[in-house]
Amino acid sequence: MQNRRTFLKAAVLSASIAAMGGLSASAYAADTIKVGILHSLSGTMAISETALKETALMTIEEINAKGGVLGKKLEPVVVDPASDWPKFAEKARQLLSQDKVAVTFGCWTSVSRKSVLPVYKELNGLLFYPVQYEGEELEKNVFYTGAAPNQQAIPAVEYLMSKEGGSAKRFVLLGTDYVYPRTTNKILRAFLKSKGVADADIIEEYTPFGHSDYQTIIAKIKKFAGEGKKTAVISTINGDSNVPFYKELGNAGLKAKDVPVVAFSVGEEELRGVDAKPLVGHLAAWNYFMSVKNPENDKFIKMYRDWAKKAKLPKADTVVTNDPMEATYVGIHMWAQAVEKAKSTDTDKVIAAMGGQTFKAPSGFTLKMDETNHHLHKPVFIGEIKADGQFNTVWKTKGPIRAQPWSPFIPGNESKQKL
Amino acid sequence: MKRLLFLISLWLWAGVAAAALDPARVKDLASDDFDVKQAAVAALAAAGDDADAQRLLKALSDDAVAVAGERVVIVAGDQVLDAATGAAIKPAPANSESLSLNNSLRQQVDGALAAVRLLSTDRAERLAAARALLADMGDGAALLPLFDKALAQEQDGEIKPILAQLAAQAALGSPDVARRLQAVRDLSGSGSAAVKALLLPLLDAANEPEEKVRLEAGTAIKAIDARLAWSDTAGQIFTGISLGSILLLAALGLAITYGVMGVINMAHGELLMVGAYSAYAMQALFRAKFPEFVDYYVLAAVPVAFFVAAAVGMLMERTVIRHLYGRPLETLLATWGLSLVLIQAARLLFGAQNVEVANPAWMSGGVQLAENLSLPWNRLVIVAFSGFVLLLVWLMMNKTRLGMFVRAVTQNRPMAGCVGVPTARIDTLAFGIGSGIAGLGGVALSQIANVGPDMGQGYIVDSFMVVVLGGVGQLAGAVWAALGLGVVTKFLEGWAGAVIAKILVLVFIIIFIQKRPQGLFALKGRFVD
Repeated sequence: MQNRRTFLKAAVLSASIAAMGGLSASAYAADTIKVGILHSLSGTMAISETALKETALMTIEEINAKGGVLGKKLEPVVVDPASDWPKFAEKARQLLSQDKVAVTFGCWTSVSRKSVLPVYKELNGLLFYPVQYEGEELEKNVFYTGAAPNQQAIPAVEYLMSKEGGSAKRFVLLGTDYVYPRTTNKILRAFLKSKGVADADIIEEYTPFGHSDYQTIIAKIKKFAGEGKKTAVISTINGDSNVPFYKELGNAGLKAKDVPVVAFSVGEEELRGVDAKPLVGHLAAWNYFMSVKNPENDKFIKMYRDWAKKAKLPKADTVVTNDPMEATYVGIHMWAQAVEKAKSTDTDKVIAAMGGQTFKAPSGFTLKMDETNHHLHKPVFIGEIKADGQFNTVWKTKGPIRAQPWSPFIPGNESKQKL
Repeated sequence: MKRLLFLISLWLWAGVAAAALDPARVKDLASDDFDVKQAAVAALAAAGDDADAQRLLKALSDDAVAVAGERVVIVAGDQVLDAATGAAIKPAPANSESLSLNNSLRQQVDGALAAVRLLSTDRAERLAAARALLADMGDGAALLPLFDKALAQEQDGEIKPILAQLAAQAALGSPDVARRLQAVRDLSGSGSAAVKALLLPLLDAANEPEEKVRLEAGTAIKAIDARLAWSDTAGQIFTGISLGSILLLAALGLAITYGVMGVINMAHGELLMVGAYSAYAMQALFRAKFPEFVDYYVLAAVPVAFFVAAAVGMLMERTVIRHLYGRPLETLLATWGLSLVLIQAARLLFGAQNVEVANPAWMSGGVQLAENLSLPWNRLVIVAFSGFVLLLVWLMMNKTRLGMFVRAVTQNRPMAGCVGVPTARIDTLAFGIGSGIAGLGGVALSQIANVGPDMGQGYIVDSFMVVVLGGVGQLAGAVWAALGLGVVTKFLEGWAGAVIAKILVLVFIIIFIQKRPQGLFALKGRFVD
């Protein structure tokens, strides 16, 4: 008995020493660059953001397979802020001061970005934000790889008003109640006004995050559409509310031919959760669609499919790619290029090296980071939903267009146009 | 024989006409310029009687047209046909890119196809075509001669009124004043918002020079408005009842565990979540094992959800809650802890993301009651289901021995114990039944809301609201409170928007509870507290 106990003790002791030794050895040998990934993996935004975490991990692995950056491997640090805005700030602080990450890729909703901004400014961190947003912001510590309003919202509304898009005359601006939909709708209202649309022909509707009962709103849209002129709905609904919204839309028999809905936060990933057949013809505006045909995109899709199988993602055989995933992919590559150019991961040196970086993106265009305004030059695509949940491009710009983070349609922004 | 000859000559004529489909125009379909494309579709629609044009239109509407190199082709299974002639191309071109239309072109194509079919000899096809045209008619004025012709030929009692309405709609653009006036009169009997939209421009002197027609249009619009107002209100009441039925299903379980037994169960929302995940699990099982019956997984999910949630509830009662009877604060904290445990368990088992629970085919779509009032099947089924569950609970509480024991124990525990009621076991069973009913609510929720680990959190406040408002201990109270809250919320939403409506409802309940703490219905009679 005595023997056995000492034996056990010795075994445990030696095992723990070995473990400690192994740990310190690996920590010593791995001279890595830490990269933070700050996306909600639970809660209402998980439907959209989980795929971005996977894309980031995939891209990091791709870069590591080619030898890493500055001869060092990238080491991802994944945290889950759980769709809880104050928690975003908490987790960002942890990434910067505890894990000492060189750069963070993260956030989806504007409210989460606004929540982490003070942290990045205070600790001089670097954030890459991959989602289309409302503009009205230009921070030194942030690079915006998603679209500004003039790269998504404005072209989409112009399309709806054109003969090709059905010559819409009345608009329902529908959104989740937070900063992105409110600001975008403010810009759109001013834009529509400049095009001669009367205030009586615009209604705005907001719902809370996670709202799931869209009966009243659909009935309201039907009524508004029945008052004479061609009506279109512009949806800035975010997160999992989109699923009940589109379900209700389909069940209520509101067809795209009568009242088209153009969405700014619904892509291939969000449509995976709904039966797309009743939604055929409704629209979305993005800077990338999975259905775009070019060698870069084929490579990107294949890489993600392989990754999904390797990482054993749920339903790995039906994974899709979407715009914010492309923006994440482009962002990480551009950051790696800038670090190589700056020969350092120091925040200020990397910021200086970012301007003018180019990358051949899966959208089929060579995207450029603007020299001054921290936004990408991006092409705009407008697509109609097909029965399989993919998009059929019905309109696109000739080439990438420069972002206007300060919308000219908001009073007081006149002096900021040259940025 | 004569007839056969005629048919042959018709067929020959069609054969000759086939060559008339201009290949250059067909090629224009692949153009990048929208105006060119639109002109090509318009030309095709104009040649609608032609067999080749019809085939191409049909292919366009089915998304079967592709561009292979310079050529526009129709893809029919393994075969690739030339778009202009319909001849098979051999060898089939290797890579073709499918040609797709946008909304406005698709509307044009569908309209042209339906217009051709109006003259078909098949009754079902004619009816479908007439309905399709009624559902969306683009610029209808050009189709007026066709409608007149079809109307003159039509004998069928069901198709004729649809055609008459179509003709009237198209005649609104007729140059003949008498015809326009008659059309407006014909349409004044309609109850459709689309017709109103067609009549509205006629009020303006710029569009309608004739005073008489303008006046008539004004009267017609008023008549339509009156009908629309009626169906609008009916629709609003239905959405209220639908929300009420969901609130009721969410709260009914709580009406037993909290209302009757007095346990403040913060994990109630998670029992709903357990029910919803049971539906998800049954769906996965049916998809894997019985794919031919996948549409009926919901029916199987109902008992499964009941028993799974009841088992979870009974386990909770046996292990935690029974030790805390009479200590509300501790119960509250302990059940809150249990709710976190259940959420994390769901995350571990099913992942943190929402899972997809699809409506079965028989619960998709809706039933059209009036032209602007369609009730979705999934909501109708849920309203009926909540009635069924309510009946079940009522029968259980009032007509069974178990229900009698539950009432006896909650009214006077020592006395019930004295006459031989096993009180501890009754507590467990009653809690299990309350939990099982929450599970049933979860199945209903899975059909309209998102299913995820956190879904229960959104319903816990609503559930308590219903039970407290209705009066603790009263099933009837819960029913009235749920339906009342549903209808009030929906009317407020229509008037002030979803965000303000939520605030107003909460403010209303706070005030109500201050004035009448016992809720809508108070328990009457003698009972020991």
